[in-house]
Amino acid sequence: MGTLIDIGKLHLYYGAFHALKNVSMDIPEKAITAFIGPSGCGKSTLLRTLNRMNDMIPGTRIEGRIAVGGTDIYSKEVDVETLRKKVGMVFQQPNPFPKSIYDNVAYGPRLHGIRSKGQLDEIVETSLRSAVLWDEVKDHLKRSALSLSGGQQQRLCIARALAVNPDILLMDEATSALDPISTLKIEELAQELKDRYTIVMVTHNMHQAARVSNQTVFFLNGEVVEYSDTEKLFSNPRDQRTEDYISGRFG
Amino acid sequence: MSLLEEDTGRKQIAQRRRMDFILHILFVICTSIGVLALMALMVDIIMDGIMRFAPDLFTNYPSRRASQAGMKSAIVGSLYMLLIMAPLSFILGVGAAIFLEEYAKKNRLTRLIQLNISTLAGVPSIVYGILGLTLFVRGLALERSLLSGALTMTLLVLPIIIVSAQEAIRAVPKARRDASFALGATKWQTVSRSVMPSALPGVLTGVILALSRAIGETAPLVMIGGLTYVAFLPESILDSFTVMPIQIYNWISRPNEAFHELAAAGIIVLLIMLLLMNFAAILLRNKYQKNV
Repeated sequence: MGTLIDIGKLHLYYGAFHALKNVSMDIPEKAITAFIGPSGCGKSTLLRTLNRMNDMIPGTRIEGRIAVGGTDIYSKEVDVETLRKKVGMVFQQPNPFPKSIYDNVAYGPRLHGIRSKGQLDEIVETSLRSAVLWDEVKDHLKRSALSLSGGQQQRLCIARALAVNPDILLMDEATSALDPISTLKIEELAQELKDRYTIVMVTHNMHQAARVSNQTVFFLNGEVVEYSDTEKLFSNPRDQRTEDYISGRFG
Repeated sequence: MSLLEEDTGRKQIAQRRRMDFILHILFVICTSIGVLALMALMVDIIMDGIMRFAPDLFTNYPSRRASQAGMKSAIVGSLYMLLIMAPLSFILGVGAAIFLEEYAKKNRLTRLIQLNISTLAGVPSIVYGILGLTLFVRGLALERSLLSGALTMTLLVLPIIIVSAQEAIRAVPKARRDASFALGATKWQTVSRSVMPSALPGVLTGVILALSRAIGETAPLVMIGGLTYVAFLPESILDSFTVMPIQIYNWISRPNEAFHELAAAGIIVLLIMLLLMNFAAILLRNKYQKNV
């Protein structure tokens, strides 16, 4: 497994608040890396630097380096639109557009200039198949995406992200608004997708991290406390704070 | 003593219910006063004007003889003016709203602009008349033309349109913007494909309501010289013109009772036009909300 995302000595400030402190890590490709930690520990912030969604928050300042596939994503040569095409994101709340199922999935490809009906049809079908939603919706693609259940909406959002052919998929607590059965489906889906995509997920749920991820990173107060193979982190943590957190003593 | 029979409690609840009842009645009265006043106005006007509400009103030009007078030129003038100002005020107003909500940095300057726009929305319309007179009639030498009138009215409704469009744009959930940006959309792609489709019903409602206010306005057009006697239809946007409220005002200020009936008939036409516009606003809103 090669390294796809390489983060070195990263500091992030929201105004005067030091949100990420000296974060360094290598995230391997075609695997699931989970970020865990209590609320406000910086795990979502780090996730959102990977596709530069933090750029939109006024007063954000970054020091250090984040390279994806060897390219510094904060350098001037990188277009943020291209970056976000390569680094897709799924949010905490399912956020489909109030459009048809078809138009939701076709939204991304259309942004990037694909107009032909045949090509779009194909992308919509492959993406929905990849997100294991095709069989449930293939007969009513013209129906509003908002008519789907929460779990289906979230899988639609995954399909929408896959439609622009990303290499990396960021999942920002993507199951925390869902019921247990929908959560399970998304977890299974993540397992299937990791053969083709590099997945980075933020989760509040330690058991989820233990179940699905290959690597786990434990954050506390903007710092990385421990980063190792998931099995090792949960069975034999190096740091006392990690042990306290995973055994439920705080957080 | 059983669980639900506590004496002091019952007395106190009876008191609270009485209060609830009194306020309920008060609110009904508040509503009725407004509705009754409107009904009285409508009934009065319809009784006065229904006899004159005939084809002649729409096909005849104004005349010194009440029996031959109509408001063809005023109705057409109002419609032409609407046709010019609707696209102008839509583009300028919604464009400004998009800039302020989506593009502009939130700093002291934009806050100042915002405050000014809100204030302008409350400036008396006669002031816009004076502005139009200086700017369009004299400054740009457009004379007392349909174009001057339409431009002045555009200025008048712009702040209202900007404020209502901003509110509609602001009401679009941030999650929809995030979803679009996360797929690699630029600002304009996000605005045009994600934000505006969601905001459009609200924006259109605001625009139509602002326009319906404009067709009822008299003062600024009197100021820039909408004429009271126009026995022809404007052939170009630089022709002189009149509009319905001016014609109505003119008729009402005459001593002859017959002209007062004409004015009432004119008001009926104006009211119907306003009702149609508001109805269109509701239809548009429902149509787009169904798609959501």
